[in-house]
Amino acid sequence: MESEFTPDNRMNSMMADYSHIKGWGIDADLENDPTYPMKKRTDEERFGYTWERPEQQPQDVEILTSTERNNMPAVFGTTVPPSGLSGMIRRYAYTWSESDLRRWIPLILADRIGAGEGIIDDLAHGKIPNIFAERGWTAEMKYNRKNFLLKVAAVTVVAVGVTALIVNRKKISGSLKSHR
Amino acid sequence: MIAMNFRGPFRVRADRDKPIPEIEHPNDAIVKVLRSCICGSDLHLYHGLVPDTRVGSTFGHEFVGEIVEVGSSVQNVKVGDKVIVPFNIACGKCAFCRQELFGNCHESNPEATAVGGIFGYSHTAGGFDGGQAEYVRVPYADVGPTVIPDWMDPDDAVLLTDVVPTGYQAAEMGGILPGDTVVVFGAGPVGIMAAKCAWLFGAGRVIVIDQLDYRLEFVQKFAQCEAYNFNYLGDVVEFIKHTTDSLGADVCIDAVGCEAAGDAMNTLLGRKLLLQGGTTTALHWAINSVKKGGIVSIVGVYGPVNALVPIGNVVNKGITIRANQASVKRLLPRLIEHVKNGVLSPKDMITHRIPLHEVAEGYHIFSAKLDNCIKPVLIPS
Ligand SMILES: [Zn+2]
Ligand SMILES: [Zn+2]
Repeated sequence: MESEFTPDNRMNSMMADYSHIKGWGIDADLENDPTYPMKKRTDEERFGYTWERPEQQPQDVEILTSTERNNMPAVFGTTVPPSGLSGMIRRYAYTWSESDLRRWIPLILADRIGAGEGIIDDLAHGKIPNIFAERGWTAEMKYNRKNFLLKVAAVTVVAVGVTALIVNRKKISGSLKSHR
Repeated sequence: MIAMNFRGPFRVRADRDKPIPEIEHPNDAIVKVLRSCICGSDLHLYHGLVPDTRVGSTFGHEFVGEIVEVGSSVQNVKVGDKVIVPFNIACGKCAFCRQELFGNCHESNPEATAVGGIFGYSHTAGGFDGGQAEYVRVPYADVGPTVIPDWMDPDDAVLLTDVVPTGYQAAEMGGILPGDTVVVFGAGPVGIMAAKCAWLFGAGRVIVIDQLDYRLEFVQKFAQCEAYNFNYLGDVVEFIKHTTDSLGADVCIDAVGCEAAGDAMNTLLGRKLLLQGGTTTALHWAINSVKKGGIVSIVGVYGPVNALVPIGNVVNKGITIRANQASVKRLLPRLIEHVKNGVLSPKDMITHRIPLHEVAEGYHIFSAKLDNCIKPVLIPS
C-alpha cells in the first residue's frame, strides 16, 4: 500500500531556516546539559532526609500499604476498599514487596475476579449490566458500521449455531429417552 | 452525581448515583469539574493492564473545575476559583517535592513507593477517584491547583494538566541543543506536543514515527515536522540511521509506553500475556536509533514489572536515559506564558467533545481510534 508518509516525501527541505516556527529556540539553554531531572544536592544526603510532615488524614477504611513503607502517607484515596475474594487476593499480594512478581500477578488476577464480582454485585442490586452499552458499541455502530455489522453477523451465526446444537441435542436425548 | 464507573476490562459506564466526594483532610478541596479528558494512559487502565485497578473506580487525571468547598487549612485557593489541577498529587513538603519532583511525592500513595499519587489511576497510584465525574476530591489544595487566568480558554487549560507539560518535559529531558535531530516515537497527544516543544529548545530537525496515517497527517501540520508511518519504512532503526548520516538521532523520545505495536513477539509478551511490564517496542527503537552518547527520554507509561530492552546497547553506546512523570506544577508558569503568547495552542488537538454520560462511547472511540480521534474531552452536562 502507498502512503503519503514515505521517506521520499520529507518535509523540512528548508533546513536551517526556522522562521516559520513560532517560538523556535526560545527555551534553548546551552547550560541545560545534563538536563532535568537533576538531583538538587542539599545537606540531607549527609544528615538524612527529614521534612515537616503534612497533617495526617484520618483513616476509617482498609488501606493496603506497600511493604516498602514504614508509615502511612499523609493523604490517600479511600474509594473501593478491598472486599470479597478479590480483596483476599489483594491482601495476599500486598504482603510482598514491589520488587516481587508475587505482588503484581495476583493483583492482575484479583482485578479479573473483581470484574466478575462487579456483575454479581450489579445483579444483587437489581441492575442487569448492559454490556453492549458499557463496551461503547453504539459508537462502533456510528463510526465503523461495516465492521460492526460484520461483528453482529458473526455473533448471530455463532448464536444460531449454538442454539441449533442445543436444540438438536435435546431432540437426540429426547429421542433416546423415548426409545428406552 | 454522574461519574464514570469502571466495571472491568473494556467496560465502563456513567452512573448517576455516585455520592459527591467529601473533605477527608484539612487541606482537601472539592472541585466541580468543567472539563475532563480521556488520556492515552487511561486506556492502559481501560484495557486491564495496570495492576490493582478496582471495579467501581472513577478514572480521570486531566481535569479543570471550580472549587466549591475547601478544608479548614486551605489558604492558597478559595471557593469560586476556577483551577487547573495537575495530575500529580503532591504535598509540597517532602524531600522530593522540595526538589520540584512533584511527580514523585512521598506523601500521597500508600500502595506503592515507586510512583506518587495520581488522580483516578488505580490503587497502584494511591486509590484516588478521578475527574471523569461531576465532582472530585483534590488533596493538597494549597499545592497543586493553579488558578486559570481569565483570558484562558478552558479547553487549553484542561490540556495543561498533563498532555502539554508531559510533552514539554519529554523534550526538556532530551537535553535538546540547537540543531539537534529529535525523533519522537508515537503521534498521540503527548508525542504531538513533544514534537512541537522540541522546536522551542532549538531542534534542527524533528521526526515523528507512528502507524496511524491520520495522526501523522495531524502532527505534520500541528508540529511542522517530518512524519513517517513505520509500516512503510521496513526497519525503523535502519531508516533513522540512514537519514542521519548513519550516526543516529541526537535525542529519541518514547511517547508510546506499554501498548506499543510493531513487534509481534514483544506484543505477545507484553500486551497479550502480561508477562512483562508492557510492550517495549518504542523504547527498543529509541535506544537503537539514538546516536552514541545520545539521550533517550521516556514519558510513555510502563507497568511495574520487568520489561525487555536492549540494555547492552545502552551500555555500549553510552546512552543517557532520562524519564519521569511530568512535574506539572513546576512547568505551569512557563507553559501558561507559551499559551498566552500563542506559541502553543493545545486546544487544537481536541477532536471530540463528549457529554460525560456518554463516557462508554468516548472510551471506545479513543481506544478503537474511530472517527480520526486524537483527543476526547468529557463535558459534564
Ligand atoms: Zn494523561
Ligand atoms: Zn511531597
